[in-house]
Amino acid sequence: MVNIIGAGLAGLSAACELAKRGIRCRLISPQRSERAQSVLAEGGINAALDTMNEHDSPAEHYEDTMRGGCYLADPNAVAALTENAPAVVERLFRLGVPFGLNEKGIQLRNFGGQKKKRTAYAKSSTGKILMTALIDEVRKYEHRGLVKRYPHHELIRLMLAEGRCEGAFVRDCYSGLCAELGGEVILACGGMNGMFPRMTTGTTQNTADAAAELFGQGIRFCDLEMLQYHPTTIGISGKRCLITEAARGEGGRLWISRGGSRWYFMEEKYPELGNLMPRDVVAREMFFVRGREDTDGEVMLDMTELTQEVWKKRLSDLRDEIIRYTGSDPESEPIAVHEGIHYFMGGIDADERHRTSVDGLYAAGECCCLYHGANRLGGNSMLGAVYGGITAAETAASRSKDTDGSEPQFSAADDPLLTDARTEFTEALGEILTGGLGIVRSGEALESAIERAERLNVCCPREENKRQLGLAMLRSAYERRESRGAHYRSDYPESSEEYRRQTVAIHSGGRTEISFRSLPERRASDADKT
Amino acid sequence: MQIRLDITRRESAAEQSYLLSVMFESDDPAATVASALTEINADSGRRDINGRPFTPVRWECSCLQKKCGACAMVINGRPMLACDARLAELSRRGAVTVEPLKKFPPVADLIVDRSGMFEALESAGLWLENGGTVGSENTDLGFEASRCLQCGCCLEVCPNFYVGGEFFGMAAAVPNTRLLAAADDAAAGDLKASYRKHVYNGCGKSLACRSICPAGIDAERLLVSSNAAAVWKRRFGGRKKR
Repeated sequence: MVNIIGAGLAGLSAACELAKRGIRCRLISPQRSERAQSVLAEGGINAALDTMNEHDSPAEHYEDTMRGGCYLADPNAVAALTENAPAVVERLFRLGVPFGLNEKGIQLRNFGGQKKKRTAYAKSSTGKILMTALIDEVRKYEHRGLVKRYPHHELIRLMLAEGRCEGAFVRDCYSGLCAELGGEVILACGGMNGMFPRMTTGTTQNTADAAAELFGQGIRFCDLEMLQYHPTTIGISGKRCLITEAARGEGGRLWISRGGSRWYFMEEKYPELGNLMPRDVVAREMFFVRGREDTDGEVMLDMTELTQEVWKKRLSDLRDEIIRYTGSDPESEPIAVHEGIHYFMGGIDADERHRTSVDGLYAAGECCCLYHGANRLGGNSMLGAVYGGITAAETAASRSKDTDGSEPQFSAADDPLLTDARTEFTEALGEILTGGLGIVRSGEALESAIERAERLNVCCPREENKRQLGLAMLRSAYERRESRGAHYRSDYPESSEEYRRQTVAIHSGGRTEISFRSLPERRASDADKT
Repeated sequence: MQIRLDITRRESAAEQSYLLSVMFESDDPAATVASALTEINADSGRRDINGRPFTPVRWECSCLQKKCGACAMVINGRPMLACDARLAELSRRGAVTVEPLKKFPPVADLIVDRSGMFEALESAGLWLENGGTVGSENTDLGFEASRCLQCGCCLEVCPNFYVGGEFFGMAAAVPNTRLLAAADDAAAGDLKASYRKHVYNGCGKSLACRSICPAGIDAERLLVSSNAAAVWKRRFGGRKKR
């Protein structure tokens, strides 16, 4: 029996893989899969399918992913990811995903940080469309009794004994009753959006309570300073709304007004990839050009040159969304865009088999730190989630003992962790964190944020866990005295080979230790293959 | 903008419902019922219109951009997503009514238990037994039919749907159409039978669901395709189905 925490792309992929192997699992999530953050993923999923007559290969996908991540990811894990990507996308296609097609198979589009077309898509709702197919597939296994959903249930804490994970203690959010669910645990609980309330493109469901509790329980986290600002977001009521990178992949251009004319700053500075430089670069350039004295106003995303064909067949859903939220039609006028927190490259430390620092505990999807290094390429998140879910399930399957399948007994519990964090607390912490963890960071700003976070008043264990996780993010950023990918320090603007190491954060005995760890070398046998 | 929200509350399924009236002020012309509920709950000094304090209103939300269906509720008598319900557009004499969906069992306040809707999908056998692929002639149809949020708004207005009945409504018709677009012949036969039993036979053709879908799914187009294949043994979507 395996307990999967989270029912988004990674969780569903893990459930399918376990069920296919005849291993029973529980799929535990605060809300149904239809409400998972994965449904918001837009532009597509990367795989070197080579259907666009560009002679693409997994080796190039590997190179782009490593370079995009500024060589801060496990090369063996990235090699496996990119090598298996075509099979992953084919597998999704065979679940009835209506990918855009061409005469050679699955059509691919351009995406950031990659010179070749490598991103399979379903208009700009790819996450939603993949989720629908996986939900249907999991339903088949629910019917066979192999997957049991706990669809309004949240993780309260892991059951740890002698360094091993023996299950999960969960709460039914409807009844308030709790139960211990024995078995291995796969964490697929998403990014830490709730650390930055209202300031990310994610969902309110991702409260980060699970991540904070795991951190508080001593689970090892890595690269917590690495959070991705997506270049093109707009502010809507209560959150940031993503404008997919496909807008630029399909020909959208960024400019800012300078001396009364349009300055296409990305195209001027980066002639080769232009508007499709990796997200960390685009977001940082936007931040800098906006701050210049000779420019006016916001950075504009200009899609007015896109053809009718592209709007109709590939981005009709995006156009509707932009009209709804900005009142402007992107077909006829550029829209103002701003960087917004979008993705967490850092998270629970996982090895290439998706094992964590605790025996019997695995992690997959955005909650784990593995494939994306210092900056994730667009199109690699869904790939990482699906492939990661499958791989975590394979690993868990080899260890799972199918003993504890009895129906869990839910009962009233009295536990200090059942008290939710106050809104005013999470808002205050989020404000402190953004102060320290902006696009441009400095030792001084980080010190000040750390000091404020240390003084922040906490009223319950959940708040304390969140505060500790936030402090670990700030301290990881403080300790990394260089600039790499999404982490840019104005006081250390260059990359340093000495810091091409992962930050490791462990909380134990009431204190957090931040250290650095070297990355594994690429295995020669794998390197030969590509 | 100053709006009075009249919210139907209940502590739990076992308790009686009651009305909470609360004033909400916002400078945001795009403020929604979702943003109002968020802000009201965030205010630790919250008071109703009579100055009485009250506990946070329980409701479900997730994406806040009408892509997840979590926040479906009845607003001014019409089911819709709270995150898509703009107060300025909805205000009637300065007030907006907010109630839970009524077709599903209540949990607390604005939360209802929509499991019946998902159980229906399982009992209708909505999956691909042997996998399947969508050809380019049906990419658009497959896309449209993959967009269902499973929010329940269409079931709320449907005169024929009730939880526990044989008729599963548009929330099952849409996924069924997606699967028909991909299924092989063997699986398509079962899906068509399921469609006739759980969609076609029980549908009173009122088309109350036509304009209610928050995702704007073209219900008629999907029904036409599936009816053709499942009932009239004719062409499905862009190709001939045997």
